[in-house]
Amino acid sequence: MDRDKAVEVRGVSKSFGSYQALKSVSFDIGANEFFTMLGPSGCGKTTLLRMLAGFESPDSGAVLLNRREVTSIPPHKRRVNTVFQSYALFPHMTLEQNVAYGLENLGWERAKIRARTGEMLERVHMSAFASRKPAQLSGGQRQRVALARALAPEPEILLLDEPLSALDLKLRQAMRDELRNLQRDTGITFVFVTHDQEEALDMSDRIAVLGAGEVQQIGTPTQIYEEPVNRFVADFVGETNFLDVEVLEAQADRAVIRSALGTFEAPATKLMQKGPATLSLRPEKINLGDQAAGVITLDAKVISQNYMGGFTHYTLEAGGVTLRASRRNASRQGDLVPSGEAITIGFLPASARVLAS
Amino acid sequence: MRRLTHNLPFWGLLPAWLLMGFALILPILIIAAVSLATRGSHGGFSWDFNLSGYSQILFNEGWSGELEFTPQYLLIIGRTYLLAGLTTLICLVFALPVAWYISRQSPGMRALLVYLVTLPFWVSMILRVYAWMIILGKDGPLPRFLENFGLAPGTSFMFNDGATLVAMVYTCMPLMVLPIYASIEKLDLTLIEASHDLHGNRLTTFRRVILPLTAPGIISGAILVFVPSLGAVLEPVLMGGGKQMMMGSLIQLQFGGGRNWPFGAAIAMVLMGLVMLLLIFTALRAARRQAGMEATA
Repeated sequence: MDRDKAVEVRGVSKSFGSYQALKSVSFDIGANEFFTMLGPSGCGKTTLLRMLAGFESPDSGAVLLNRREVTSIPPHKRRVNTVFQSYALFPHMTLEQNVAYGLENLGWERAKIRARTGEMLERVHMSAFASRKPAQLSGGQRQRVALARALAPEPEILLLDEPLSALDLKLRQAMRDELRNLQRDTGITFVFVTHDQEEALDMSDRIAVLGAGEVQQIGTPTQIYEEPVNRFVADFVGETNFLDVEVLEAQADRAVIRSALGTFEAPATKLMQKGPATLSLRPEKINLGDQAAGVITLDAKVISQNYMGGFTHYTLEAGGVTLRASRRNASRQGDLVPSGEAITIGFLPASARVLAS
Repeated sequence: MRRLTHNLPFWGLLPAWLLMGFALILPILIIAAVSLATRGSHGGFSWDFNLSGYSQILFNEGWSGELEFTPQYLLIIGRTYLLAGLTTLICLVFALPVAWYISRQSPGMRALLVYLVTLPFWVSMILRVYAWMIILGKDGPLPRFLENFGLAPGTSFMFNDGATLVAMVYTCMPLMVLPIYASIEKLDLTLIEASHDLHGNRLTTFRRVILPLTAPGIISGAILVFVPSLGAVLEPVLMGGGKQMMMGSLIQLQFGGGRNWPFGAAIAMVLMGLVMLLLIFTALRAARRQAGMEATA
């Protein structure tokens, strides 16, 4: 990566009592990057974010912001601002006062503060509410003000702690686009924490998948989704079918495997050994009925289905194993294959992935 | 039966009205009447309208009936306010960190500490003040402790304003700790983090976030401490030696040894008036603030 490094996390460990939240975690975040830390609750992502903000300090290891060691620098002296999950707007201050708070503490001139506050509220379309108190706003409006307040002091890095989790579905979708645009316009490094894989895939330049206090994989959304490095990542990001297979022959990043669905060559993680392994095959990679086209076709039987509107999830039996497959409801006719019906399925081995068990 | 249920609010509130009427309003009316009565020559009083109870606060009546200004009772009123104010201030300074500390503990620990704060209420106030008399008194633990280090040999800590203050702070402390604790406990700690995150140092965070958000508790605590302190009787009598009077002990003296009921009643009315003024002032402020919040809605 040829960008400047905005954040460097070097061998950071942290324990709370006997619970090890982070186990020697290391990674870099580039300047101007929209970087997401994704993982289930308890994976250490929030602890990491709090370390960047300065609310936690690592037991060992170091955190660098813009190549400056900040491990022992308190939060108020870091050029980092946070959008909190609960927004944490000051209830006794108007929106204007909330946004101005950081600027006042930085000792800005009065006129500059007023201009910047107005500009930020304008930017999040909240100018009309400037003299209101947070209690008089809806969740989405509070979210915008929290964003304006955190961006006002011109941080080098903006931290976002699951900021969309309290919003309803429609609003969340709109805010995703807004956040993404805001990041592009301002060029500020965004570090986003979420447990929602869809959010992560949608917005990020790069994603770090965290699990059990360790970085499982770092990569672009497509790398994370299409080329997971282990079972944990394949399982946590998206939905998938896991099949027990045997590796007959392994090359650099491909392997010939024998499975219940046949013997074929598929992409594999590096350093694959001969012997037992796991095949990950995502439901949408399996085509059904008239959509079945691919190198490998099989006869299957429909066990049950979940109709989702735009597509239908099928549970199938093929070659003695149970598979989940999703079918796009492309035409009114031919959609909805009833249970018990025999059907042809097909997939491309190139869209499957062989992982270490 | 129907009539009875129809008038349920009336019957339901009757006990409360009776209690308020007989235990609060009637005694106040009697005291107000007594304050306007005439002192009897051998104690007691007669129902002759007379303002001398009030005039005695400011003026001394000479032999021939001429009025002469005397500041002695004004001084007592001033001392009372000073001591009550100091009590409130000292309680506040000590109660804030205590309340903060309690709010930081685990829920079980919090319940235990709150219980410990209220524990002194389980003991009679006279006993608690006597305990302080022993601690501070001649040959008491504190003077002895200090003497061991060669400090303040032979000093008496008793029978002065300092001793009165110690006892007042001690008896009032829980009344300050509890409301402040209640408002700190409700404080969202993320707001403090947000303040630090927005470049606020500890002092700024305390002044601009913690203090305004816990102000209701601080105001309640201050009123709960200040108002009873104005009427303190036991502390100035027992700890202050009874010579340095406060309004409470002055009133007690007039109804007791002084045998001047109208004068005692007049001081009581003045004390009550001053407290009412304070309460009305804080109530108006709160109402204005409330109105301000709604106006922006």
